[in-house]
Amino acid sequence: MTIDLTDTTTGAIDQALTEARRRLGGMTLGMVLTLIIVTDEAAQYDAIRAANQAAREHPCRVLAVITRKPKADSRLDAEIRVGEASPGETIVLRMYGPLGQHADSVVAPLLVPDVPVVTWWPDEAPEIPAKHPLGALAQRRVTDSAASESPREVLAALAAGYQPGDTDFAWTRATPWRSLLAATLDQPHPAVTAGELAAEQDNPTADLIAAWLSLRLEVPASRTVSGGPGITEAEFTTMDGDIRITRYDGRTATLAWPGRTDRRVALHRRDTAELLAEELRRLDPDEVYAETLRHIDVSPPAELAAASEPATDEQFVSEPAAEFGE
Amino acid sequence: MNMPNAGTRGPAPANPGVIAAGVDPDNPLRDPRDRRIPRVAGPCVMVMFGVTGDLARKKLMPALYDLANRGLLPPGFSLVGFARRDWEDEDFAQITYESVKEYARTPFRDTVWQQLQEGVRFVPGEFTDDAAFDQLAATVRQLDAERGTGGNYAFYLSIPPKFFPTVVQQLKRSGLSDPGPEDADGHTPWRRVVIEKPFGRDLETAKELNDIVDAVFPAHSVFRIDHYLGKETVQNILALRFANTLYEPIWNRSYVDHVQITMSEDIGIGGRAGYYDGIGAARDVIQNHLLQLLALTAMEEPVSFDADSLRQEKEKVLSAVRLPADLALGTARGQYAAGWQGGRQVAGYLEEEGIPADSRTETYAAVRLSVDTRRWAGVPFYLRTGKRLTRRMTEIALIFQRAPHLPFAATDTKELGKNALVIRVQPDEGVTVRFGSKVPGSAMEVRDVNMDFAYGESFTESSPEAYERLILDVLIGDPPLFPRQEEVELSWRILDPIEQFWAENTKPDQYASGGAGPASADAMMARDGRAWRRLLSPGGTTPRTPRLRARWQKPPIISGAQGNQGLRGKRTGK
Repeated sequence: MTIDLTDTTTGAIDQALTEARRRLGGMTLGMVLTLIIVTDEAAQYDAIRAANQAAREHPCRVLAVITRKPKADSRLDAEIRVGEASPGETIVLRMYGPLGQHADSVVAPLLVPDVPVVTWWPDEAPEIPAKHPLGALAQRRVTDSAASESPREVLAALAAGYQPGDTDFAWTRATPWRSLLAATLDQPHPAVTAGELAAEQDNPTADLIAAWLSLRLEVPASRTVSGGPGITEAEFTTMDGDIRITRYDGRTATLAWPGRTDRRVALHRRDTAELLAEELRRLDPDEVYAETLRHIDVSPPAELAAASEPATDEQFVSEPAAEFGE
Repeated sequence: MNMPNAGTRGPAPANPGVIAAGVDPDNPLRDPRDRRIPRVAGPCVMVMFGVTGDLARKKLMPALYDLANRGLLPPGFSLVGFARRDWEDEDFAQITYESVKEYARTPFRDTVWQQLQEGVRFVPGEFTDDAAFDQLAATVRQLDAERGTGGNYAFYLSIPPKFFPTVVQQLKRSGLSDPGPEDADGHTPWRRVVIEKPFGRDLETAKELNDIVDAVFPAHSVFRIDHYLGKETVQNILALRFANTLYEPIWNRSYVDHVQITMSEDIGIGGRAGYYDGIGAARDVIQNHLLQLLALTAMEEPVSFDADSLRQEKEKVLSAVRLPADLALGTARGQYAAGWQGGRQVAGYLEEEGIPADSRTETYAAVRLSVDTRRWAGVPFYLRTGKRLTRRMTEIALIFQRAPHLPFAATDTKELGKNALVIRVQPDEGVTVRFGSKVPGSAMEVRDVNMDFAYGESFTESSPEAYERLILDVLIGDPPLFPRQEEVELSWRILDPIEQFWAENTKPDQYASGGAGPASADAMMARDGRAWRRLLSPGGTTPRTPRLRARWQKPPIISGAQGNQGLRGKRTGK
């Protein structure tokens, strides 16, 4: 059921929720977290849809915060959806006028007691998520650097403003690739002397994986530009030749190992709902992300920015961190 | 409204039993803090015997697909089927394809199937045929070369135990069981063998069976599957007991009155007449599943969750289990008679096809055990299992003592029972706490209510199948969830005297299908001044009190709402 409340207060919203719950026969007391989505009118539909899908794995209260018409008089409109597509509750909060600057005053009373809070910016990320009023309420803050115009700059900003609990979808997208790369090196293998990653020009995920490889393997890992989609190639240079994983269709990867038959491995690009579900699975600070993000920072993004024309030869190499250097 | 890809999720939540066992501790890309990267099996081949059986078709092959779909199988993983069928690789792949399509838990994806299919091979032959096993050896060696499986083989013996000697000897003769020498880097390939229950039919046969396998495979490479131990709720017993402070202080004779462990089934023996007759409910269920549940419930805290510590504690508690002094009074058994079950008329056990009319095999068994330790002295453990009962249900219930003093008028607490903590293993996995609460109103009236935790609500939409978890553990080589031979033998030591007593003295009582078991079982409890928990509702001892919470899985009742698919259990909306 959907309840529309115009020019309302959090008290009235809370009451309407209780009433709705009673009418539906005691719904949704099993919520495991509150998910705040900071979005706008254009993007809210997709974001809420993804959140509702992720809520199948993590029943939650979704609070979508949309600020509108900053010049208008202060007003709060709410749209409450319960017992519909998702197992939890969804409240779309539209804030007009100066109220938009004080969204936390609306959101804080609506958090589910006793459970964690996650804030998600599906579009533009704030400069320092932890300092954002809605980010400060949360112990997990999820941004998506790839959604911005210049992902690399955003990633650099996120690195500078990192606080434990920050995470970015660019890192989430890396998980299947990282799993496969780790599984590849589980086999007895010749020593790896270098790594290389090819992806579209603006692909912060590839930047992160390259940084991760160079950090973990203590070898240089370069990042080259390809036509996509997404990441198309990862390569380990070894004494005995190159171990190469290629994926040109965004679905199936081929693992080529010197002296062996090529093997195919399913490697899907995942949709937003899956990424969000992965993020919600663990809510403690992701230290490996923090280290990787710090590491990416040492490589000058400017170098690549200079080579921003579609080209295939330019590379930028992230060197092993100083403490791991020779 | 399905989540299109539950497949790539990481390790399931609440895996208390296992400290991530890295496949290669030296792999710099693996970091224990990196919880996003799942435990992935190392390169290997699984050789499956008995691929035409129900278990392989309905559970094992779908579980392999689900693992692949979740990204938990290594690149190059290969599956070799061996059976007495005139099949080519493609025929076996087709059979696998069909079983995956029908029974897999996660959505079917062509790319994942392609990956799996490339490694599917089939070797036809009899177990006695030397040439067939030489062919098998050649096939897996070829896979090593082609697909980089590294000479690591897991043999899954999904076959009746009478074939074990032949197959195990063949594996030895053909050199398949021999891991060979270390390679230049000091890696030795592994060999693992997976066997399913029954682990014998008594202590003696269990030892014989073990000797057969033991002669070829060292003890640490033998994985005995008790699929109950792969269930999330069963592993959650460890989390519940050892991760919380709330329960440990009351988990003993000072507070617990008795413990009931139940596994009831609503179905009959189905087509298993040949296996079931002469085995019976106690050997089929109590010896393995229920005694394992008892061990996990009653054991002391292990010093760590590694395989040795966990098994030691289980063995300690199993060795402290004592039988009732008078087996006639402390056990009960029955056979289902004709009747009505779940709205259908059903035949009795003796009328089932393939069962002799004078069979004395029990389909219901109940025993009263005690655990002679300081923690449990004087606390009876009642175990029961049966077929064709009211409903399908497995649970562990700790029933607490009554409060020593109730400062209420007797009429106020008339409806107050004993407090209970119930671990629901299946279906509707979760934990229920049952306690007294004041009924709203001006009078002081106390009545039992339930407080529920249900997995489906707090965690995933569908937790991994037990077999997924167990197969992955085999491939990774992580043994805590597999009972070892000592546990099997201890269980038989408990059960053998009961079986012997039954064989010599009693005939199973008849009980009506669709009921709660024979009257003798109720009488056994009544003699102790107790009663079985009713089999009626999930977690309820009495008709459910008003729910403190509702399930979101329930179809919404408000018009205009979208249909909400059942989310637990098997998916239909593929």
